[in-house]
Amino acid sequence: MSTVFERELEDLKGKVLKLGSMVEKAISDSIKSLVERNSKLAADVIDKDPQVNAIDVEIDEECIRLIALRQPCAGDLRLITTAMKITTDLERIGDLSVDICERALELNEEPPLKPYIDIPRMAEIAQGMVRNALDAFVKRDSALARDVLTRDDMVDNLNLQVFNELLFFMIQDPRTVSRAVKITYISKYIERIADHATNVAEMVVYLVEGKMIRHMAVPGAN
Amino acid sequence: MVKARAIKEMLLFNMLRLAVIIIMLSFFIVLYFLAIHGLKVLSIPFLIEMPRSGMTEGGIMPAILGTFYLTLGSIIIAFPMALFTAIYMTEYAETRSKIMQTVRIAVNTLVGVPSVVYGLFGFAIFVKVFGFGVSILAGSFTMAVMLLPILIRATQEALLAVPNSFREASFAVGASKWQTIKRVVLSSSAPGILTGIILSISRAAGETATIMFTAVTFFTLSLPDSIFSEVMALPYHIYGLMTEGAFPEKQVPIAYGTTLVLVLLVLSLSLTAIILRINLRRKRKW
Amino acid sequence: MSEKGLKELKSEVKNLNFYYGDVHALKNISLPIERRKVTALIGPSGCGKTTFLRCVNRMHDLYSHNRYEGEIILYPEGINIISSSIDPIEIRMQISMVFQKPNPFPKSIYENVAYGLRVRGIKKSQILAEKVEKSLRGAALWDEVKDRLNNSAFDLSGGQQQRLCIARALATNPRILLFDEPTSALDPTATSKIEELIIQLKDEVTIIIVTHNMQQAARVSDYTAFMYLGEIVEHDKTDKIFTAPSNKLTEEYITGRFG
Repeated sequence: MSTVFERELEDLKGKVLKLGSMVEKAISDSIKSLVERNSKLAADVIDKDPQVNAIDVEIDEECIRLIALRQPCAGDLRLITTAMKITTDLERIGDLSVDICERALELNEEPPLKPYIDIPRMAEIAQGMVRNALDAFVKRDSALARDVLTRDDMVDNLNLQVFNELLFFMIQDPRTVSRAVKITYISKYIERIADHATNVAEMVVYLVEGKMIRHMAVPGAN
Repeated sequence: MVKARAIKEMLLFNMLRLAVIIIMLSFFIVLYFLAIHGLKVLSIPFLIEMPRSGMTEGGIMPAILGTFYLTLGSIIIAFPMALFTAIYMTEYAETRSKIMQTVRIAVNTLVGVPSVVYGLFGFAIFVKVFGFGVSILAGSFTMAVMLLPILIRATQEALLAVPNSFREASFAVGASKWQTIKRVVLSSSAPGILTGIILSISRAAGETATIMFTAVTFFTLSLPDSIFSEVMALPYHIYGLMTEGAFPEKQVPIAYGTTLVLVLLVLSLSLTAIILRINLRRKRKW
Repeated sequence: MSEKGLKELKSEVKNLNFYYGDVHALKNISLPIERRKVTALIGPSGCGKTTFLRCVNRMHDLYSHNRYEGEIILYPEGINIISSSIDPIEIRMQISMVFQKPNPFPKSIYENVAYGLRVRGIKKSQILAEKVEKSLRGAALWDEVKDRLNNSAFDLSGGQQQRLCIARALATNPRILLFDEPTSALDPTATSKIEELIIQLKDEVTIIIVTHNMQQAARVSDYTAFMYLGEIVEHDKTDKIFTAPSNKLTEEYITGRFG
């Protein structure tokens, strides 16, 4: 086993984790910018997105290089291919955080509609899913990864709840429509973030167990 | 530093060259010496006529013929036995068994036994006990016994030189042991075996002590008519001419001539062996 | 281990144990060999893969103090080929082997291929010529040598010599063809020609190949068995072994962490 290759694999994992933490921060910052009505923070998150994309590209190129030059097999091969796929999901999460920030910027110009309760809760769950999925990736803990999959339902349900609540607002008072719709978007974005976190977790299960469980029904899902 | 090493290299190289030159020189000096003394006697009649007038004139034909018969006889007797023994030792026997170790020691020892010992042995057994008398038969058997260890070893070397991968390849295609030996081992080692035979022939041609008590006499009236006849032989003829002749002025040159014939015979046999080996090797190179 | 129908198996190894004198070299080997597929044996040096291969064509019978226990069943007859009541020469007439270092005989190209046939008593030159051509074509060598069949086999390059050895092995229509690290002495171009040949040949004959080059096993085989210290550690379809092996030892070997 080449020590160079060992080091390259460690570096790869490190890069994925770095991307993960950047993206996690983007999620929390984006929600913060909404709840605290901090437009500067939102603008910051948007500015930092190119960095996220750059690391995504860097990781992809490194993975291709490793496949070409090291002919990885078995566990190493799965590590490299899952790293490529996980990165894609993480980058998408980054983009979704940017979307949240853009909506936040708009909402911050208008008077607040109602206190945000469910949205931060959703975001917290989603962020936790991302963090746990990445932990599972590093620790090769497939039980933790499977646990992440179960939380997706909670986020889906909260999304539905938010939507119904805002629908009620919009029916009551048409002047709230502009703001309400933007908030439903944000809720949708968070729900999508949770979906991407689920993808990451499924890839981690493949990495550890060698079994593809993507696109299979998770017990308890609706 | 470098200069000293270069000088040492050059010195060594020239020492080696000198050794080779000395050897070549000795060889040519011997030949030259023989030629000077013997050439004047050498002629076609010399080779095909019977000796006359008490070995002072005439030819050495019976000696040539005698050497020929003895050599042929000994090879015919020795070779098949040597071949089978060598095949058994290399292809069949357990190399590490006590019996095989004993056989190997025996063969290696016998190679070094002086030929006069074989001569006495042959005298006791073949001439006396078997009752062949002093004859071509007794001489051939005696010579065969002497050649056996040499032939066995030469044949064995040739067989051992065949790489085991050939044998395995043959077995892996479904050949039996004997088929493998016949078709692969023997055909590959034929050049080596042939060389062994030819070198044995040239050894046999020059042997004196082995045939002294068992086959030869100094003078026969006629050419041998059966395998029970005594014969003359080239080496013994030389010995006889130099020690028992009454007319040295005539006989010494004849001795030199005979020596020349013998040397040329052995030389040409060796050359044949080399040429044959080169030719056969070319077809089988591996 | 053999849930497959008998139709799909060419051979089955059951609890094979092998001893070099007192050394227990192969321990309870059980392995199915699928018909007309390539089964590869991989493992670190000394793991017993070549020892096992040489059990299949009873090469160990040529040397003394070797002992087999257990069974290697050949289908469809269902006989145990390592039983002492079976003549090893009979086995070797149906199971051929190609060795690590090309070892053509010091004979002509034609005679090399014809050797196995002559040894079985086939003498008619027309039959021999046909079979020689068929075997040389089967070994992808015919076009390169058809004009010089009487030349010495040693005029050929290393890769060609190995293909000649394959032709020689094919000439006798073997039921199983054994390869013992067939390309380890060859350059990459010759190696890839032989690998392609093996992939073609498996449509006609069951193949078992021992290789120390894992990528070769990955390229060429349908099933792979990983051996270690005289035992089979894991046996499965090649793609499973190389993407997600079940056994940790297998994973470590394949990713190069030992051996």
